Amino acid sequence: MTTISSDFDVESVRRDFPILHQRLLGDVPLVYLDTAATAHKPRSVVAKVVECFEQYNSNVHRGIHQLGDRMTTELELAREKVQHFIGAGSSDEIVFTSGTTMSLNMVAHGWARKFLKPGDEILLNSMEHHANLVPWQLAAAATGASLKYIPLTDDGRLDLTTLDQLLTPRTKLLAVTAMSNVLGTINPVAELAERAHAVGALICVDAAQSVPHLTTNVRSPQIDFLAFSGHKLYGPTGIGVLYARRQLLEAMDPFLAGGHMIREVFLDSSTWADPPAKFEAGTCPFIEAVGLGAAIDYVQHIGLSQISHYEHLLSVRAHEQLAQVPGVKIHGPSVEHKGAILSFTVDGVHPHDLSDLLDRRGVAIRAGHHCTMPLHELLNLTATARASLAFYNTMEEVDALAEAVRAARQVFRLK
Amino acid sequence: MSGTQDDLYDDHILDHFESPYHKGHLPQPTCSHSDRNPICGDQITVELLVDEHDVVKEAFFDGKGCAISQASASILCEAIEGKTLQELRDFQAQNMLDLLKVRLTASRQKCGLLGFKVLKTMLYTLDEQREPASSG
Repeated sequence: MTTISSDFDVESVRRDFPILHQRLLGDVPLVYLDTAATAHKPRSVVAKVVECFEQYNSNVHRGIHQLGDRMTTELELAREKVQHFIGAGSSDEIVFTSGTTMSLNMVAHGWARKFLKPGDEILLNSMEHHANLVPWQLAAAATGASLKYIPLTDDGRLDLTTLDQLLTPRTKLLAVTAMSNVLGTINPVAELAERAHAVGALICVDAAQSVPHLTTNVRSPQIDFLAFSGHKLYGPTGIGVLYARRQLLEAMDPFLAGGHMIREVFLDSSTWADPPAKFEAGTCPFIEAVGLGAAIDYVQHIGLSQISHYEHLLSVRAHEQLAQVPGVKIHGPSVEHKGAILSFTVDGVHPHDLSDLLDRRGVAIRAGHHCTMPLHELLNLTATARASLAFYNTMEEVDALAEAVRAARQVFRLK
Repeated sequence: MSGTQDDLYDDHILDHFESPYHKGHLPQPTCSHSDRNPICGDQITVELLVDEHDVVKEAFFDGKGCAISQASASILCEAIEGKTLQELRDFQAQNMLDLLKVRLTASRQKCGLLGFKVLKTMLYTLDEQREPASSG
């Protein structure tokens, strides 16, 4: 029988992540199943960040000195790594931000507030993270545009049967997550992009969950705006990316104003620098950006298709194991329609209590509404427990999750 | 440390969670207040029946959430009946945590103190409402 390890050497991969090799209170090993919240960082990323701080830390785009030159070169190299990683046509289309939330807000301010008018529509859906919902609520309130919602199927996928009625010439933007941070649902971004473009609308993709686990190509299908975070991609916190087509970046208003984003400044007016500088006011998190570049190198070294394949096997096992525990309900679509994220509830054990009890056995999951209150309202739940998997997890860890859920039920005196 | 932690879901907490004291609603409460923890969505309503001497005759709660938030609301209701409003004003967060008899980590204190927070906000609102009445 062929085993997984013959295809994917998880033990070798785990050696790259020092944080995984620790024991917690009660001398239990850490089982980290919260990668969708933030991913761990391989040694190569940590080493690169340390190298920056120790050898050539210096502000970018300014210093006419050797350190400044080196740091700037490293930063722009990281930008090119991001460009190639997501298939963008030019590194000028890569804006460094503080994270997905900032990237989406940049579109909501710089594009939506500038171009939307009363009567225009933004098409959303209720599985979106608050970061891809609230900015559009504010933009709609500011412009008089209105929000429409694609309904969800009972199993937590977009119900596209009414899409033709929802997508009209009034639709100016379709904002959608490529992968739900709760249900794991992988949305049909290619089809949505094509259908949005057919009515003249743009598509804005929240790729925070998909970029670390699935191959991204912003030119096939053509994506107008795409946002993701470094820290979920095994890189540092405080760094994220907004990709937008060049014409859009040129047409948009800047979001933050200040140094570096200007061409000329007069006492009563200013003109803007070309993108991406136009959107990078102030000192950008350049060392974090270089760390993100190192994270992309690492992921590409392992191979995204290898990663996706192994994570899917982990996910299948997790679904099988959890489904055998009495009282467990896994929310969302079946395993073939989703990424390696499992949101579940256990009859008689609140997700917070479950998370607390799992933690005693070293199993780190997340409990709550995961910044998706409308989705939880739809599911008629106040909270869910979420286990999210990554390529550094093992089959044994997946089994430990199911075992810990069984033990939690016992604490709650459930048969 | 881990010993203390393992006692979190002890009989005291689980008994109150499974068979809460005065969970439900008063037909005509003197005052009531609801709040939720925005982080986790846990929700508690506290209702009091207060007599003319400012003594709590009955305390009820209702809510949804984890065992810690629901059990502590139950323990709170049991503890405050017979107390005066002044005694409740003097009742501090540490008193509430002491009543639970288990040690809560910082993140779980938000659960254990949700009912307490609802009670305190209710008292504050009640005092605000009475202020103009007594001065006028």
